[in-house]
Amino acid sequence: MIGGQGVAPVLEIQGLEKTYRSRRHGVRRALDGFDMVVEEGEVHGFLGPNGSGKTTTLRTLLGLIRANGGRMAIFGEEVPAALPRVIGRIGAIVESPQFFPHFTAYDTLSLLAEAGGVPQRRVGEVLDLVGLAERARDRVKSYSLGMKQRLAVASALLKEPQLLILDEPANGLDPAGIREMRTLLRNLADSGMTVVLSSHILAEIQLICDSVTIISKGRRVAAGPVAEVLARHSGSGLRVRLEAVTDLPVAAEVLTQAGARVTVHTDHLMVESAEKPAWVTRTLAARNLYVSELTPVTADLESVFLELTETASIPGQASQSAQSVAVSTTSGTGGRGA
Amino acid sequence: MSLYKAELRRLSKRRVTTYMGLLGLLVLAAVAVGTFFSNQKIGPAHIAAAEREAEQVYQEQLEYTQYERRLCEEAQRAGTPSDGKDRFPPDCSSIEPPKREDFRPEWYLPETFEFRTDFPQAIIGWALILAMVAFIVGASFVGAEWSSGGMTNLLLWRPQRIQVLLAKLGALVTGLVGASVLTGLAWFGTFWLIAMTRGSTEGVTAGVWRSLLLTGLRGVVIVLAAGVVGFALAALGRNTALALGGVIAALLVGQVGLSIALAIAQVEFAEKWLVSTYVLAWLNKKVTLENWTSCTQTVTGTCEPARLEIVWQQAGVLMAAVVLITLGAALWLMRRRDVT
Repeated sequence: MIGGQGVAPVLEIQGLEKTYRSRRHGVRRALDGFDMVVEEGEVHGFLGPNGSGKTTTLRTLLGLIRANGGRMAIFGEEVPAALPRVIGRIGAIVESPQFFPHFTAYDTLSLLAEAGGVPQRRVGEVLDLVGLAERARDRVKSYSLGMKQRLAVASALLKEPQLLILDEPANGLDPAGIREMRTLLRNLADSGMTVVLSSHILAEIQLICDSVTIISKGRRVAAGPVAEVLARHSGSGLRVRLEAVTDLPVAAEVLTQAGARVTVHTDHLMVESAEKPAWVTRTLAARNLYVSELTPVTADLESVFLELTETASIPGQASQSAQSVAVSTTSGTGGRGA
Repeated sequence: MSLYKAELRRLSKRRVTTYMGLLGLLVLAAVAVGTFFSNQKIGPAHIAAAEREAEQVYQEQLEYTQYERRLCEEAQRAGTPSDGKDRFPPDCSSIEPPKREDFRPEWYLPETFEFRTDFPQAIIGWALILAMVAFIVGASFVGAEWSSGGMTNLLLWRPQRIQVLLAKLGALVTGLVGASVLTGLAWFGTFWLIAMTRGSTEGVTAGVWRSLLLTGLRGVVIVLAAGVVGFALAALGRNTALALGGVIAALLVGQVGLSIALAIAQVEFAEKWLVSTYVLAWLNKKVTLENWTSCTQTVTGTCEPARLEIVWQQAGVLMAAVVLITLGAALWLMRRRDVT
């Protein structure tokens, strides 16, 4: 465990830095002190716009890229030094699945199993699990992108991993395939596997994941359980309309004085930080202001994501701790940088 | 060990391995078939025919010299003025008839395959064909893995880069040794049969066998070196095309361009700068370069060209240096460079 006590998280990244230097493009900071924590048994969404550092993070974590700074640990062991020891417990796919096109799916997995010392019986099991058993003897070049994705997931599952890291596993899948993938991941999580899932399909992340980390420009901008991240961002709250529109400014002042965060719109108020809807009704009624509509408004992950990543700090101008928002998880971690 | 076995299996399953192996076998078979049909066994009838032909050519030459001498004497008697080209010598007796022993019957025999003298050249052909196959298979084995993403997948399973690269190299070397030994034995056997049916196996003493085996061994070494260099270049560029393109550029542009430049600069023994000289020196044990523009006086007063010998040890040192440098660079880069 990095700098803490108690049960080590399955995955922990602290202050990760990666800088690329080239004569053509100069210096580019791909990761700028990035933090991430994933607890055991979670399905953890890893979100960020293109080029934000998601794949760099995963590649660095898995020893494919050398970090310039920071610390990483998997199962409490520092990586990349301990990677050869812990890799047997990790299944991973990074970016688009790429396989030798002239090999069959069976051969592809069989060779990986042999290289990793995994029993050959697992090959059939995982092909069955991802629904490729019938096409196992076909060459990979005849596969659709969705089938290649499923093969990639199968390769990651071969080792019966305790930590599954999937980079955009839903790419190329049709709606039915996405649903199958969602069910598969949920089943895996229910069996006790920890899953880190990077995806652009935010609705999927919202459906599947227990917690999220949002990265932008190489920095963490939000982290925590999905529900809490949603609650904290993008104007989730109550939409309040009054009988008389002219009373809106007065009502806003009353609620603000009572401790709520209020935004005044032309025909309604948005109230955040209210304890309960009834509290709003009671507070306003006490001042003879009568509510005509009281609607809870929930933000979706997409709007939160867009808000956070569009307003992300410019590297070098503010510290991550000032920008990132971490919400305490039920197990009490994830508060770093808040 | 499991990684090495998996890589050995992967190598045998690859299409490039199969196709290049088949292509190599096809070329070797073509050479063997060509040798078989262009040679024949010499029997008493062939020897008798050759002796008859030698005698016939001798007689023709004898008549021709007598005819020429007669013309010479007639020209002298007639006092025919010289046309300035001096067709005949001043002394017609100097037009001597040829000697019988200058017309040896063996020159008039059909081509025959002498195992002792002809097989070393066949070994060189076998080694060069196999070396080309080894280079392409070696380059593709690692280059295609990089470009297809297979190497990244493998490193996600075995995050020990040097171990992964060495396991692949070990599998390649094993495959090449196996292919060299099998085809080498078949090559020996095939040409032994050719010699028995279309030539002779006479004079193949234990010393000759030892010499042939050593030539074969040097052939295996050059096959391995070609495979390892192809592998290392593709590992450096993370691409098969880079290795193939690099070598084609080096050989065609570098070597051909260099030989032209050296010829223009009239550099003595220009061939000593060419790779092909060292390859042949390695396989032949020795290559003697001659400079015909120079003259070294011998004790008998004749003029001999200056000579430079390139021996197999020199070629071996050069080959080892190339292998070590390319492989060392590939391993260093494998360890240092990000997999993006």
